[in-house]
Amino acid sequence: MLLQTIAFYTLAITAVTAALLVVAARNPVRSVMWLILTFFSAAGLFVLIGAEFLAMLLVVVYVGAVAVLFLFVVMMLDVDFVELKQGFLQYLPLGALIALILAAELVFVGVGRTALGGGAEGVFGAGANAGAASNIEAIGEVLYDRYVYFFQAAGLILLVAMIGAIVLTLRHRENVKRQNIADQVARRRKDAVTLVDPQPGEGI
Amino acid sequence: MGVGLSHYLAVGAILFTIGVFGIFVNRKNVIIILMSIELILLAVNVNLVAFSVYLGDVTGQIFAMLVLTVAAAEAAIGLAILVVYFRNRGTIAVEDVNLMKG
Repeated sequence: MLLQTIAFYTLAITAVTAALLVVAARNPVRSVMWLILTFFSAAGLFVLIGAEFLAMLLVVVYVGAVAVLFLFVVMMLDVDFVELKQGFLQYLPLGALIALILAAELVFVGVGRTALGGGAEGVFGAGANAGAASNIEAIGEVLYDRYVYFFQAAGLILLVAMIGAIVLTLRHRENVKRQNIADQVARRRKDAVTLVDPQPGEGI
Repeated sequence: MGVGLSHYLAVGAILFTIGVFGIFVNRKNVIIILMSIELILLAVNVNLVAFSVYLGDVTGQIFAMLVLTVAAAEAAIGLAILVVYFRNRGTIAVEDVNLMKG
């Protein structure tokens, strides 16, 4: 139990610090790196309470796909990031005020729930995997059974996102030669070859 | 003392607050704003998973998975829009994106 507590606090503090540095870092590349660390720590937190599948999903989807996508875009765009950081101190008071209000509201909700006697302890029970051999089995039994339409809808969302991203970023440049297969197939001999009969001693 | 639901909810609340703070502070840089949105969605996921384990119901984790899907799709579309915008304007400053205000 002590080990679990130590692990929780280590991971939680790492996650929060890295999240703060995502927001505060000067260079967006470093922001992406801190974002990766945040997601890794959150995945560790998930493992700690027995949600292994979601932890692995977090690592694969976020660190493997989304963070790399961010890195590509940050490095591909030739942007003057120093200029974009200009208003940081100007917006700091307003941002801090709103963040403070939001945090106070969240704390009030927690405290109020405790004061109303709504389960102050909040100790984790047997976990969500009761009755199944593992977390993956527990998820699989529900995901492909009760929530199969939601699963399909998730796939549809990803398909739409993929097509949308391709359509948005596709562009046809002017001076690039492309293969046009329809033209190639429709080509006939008379379009390509002309027979000429030059007289001897003369040119064409 | 053991780690309970409230610990996880606290982490989620802090991450959420940092995400909102990031949106307000980095108002010029769309990339950081997108990353802040990812942070907010991560906080939501932490809450969902914590409640899922607390209640002994795996549905929360399914929901977190769907949130993850939508977050990935949103990041892809957002970055695609960003690339197109940069191609047209040569900058990604969000404050200039008011040409269509009519």
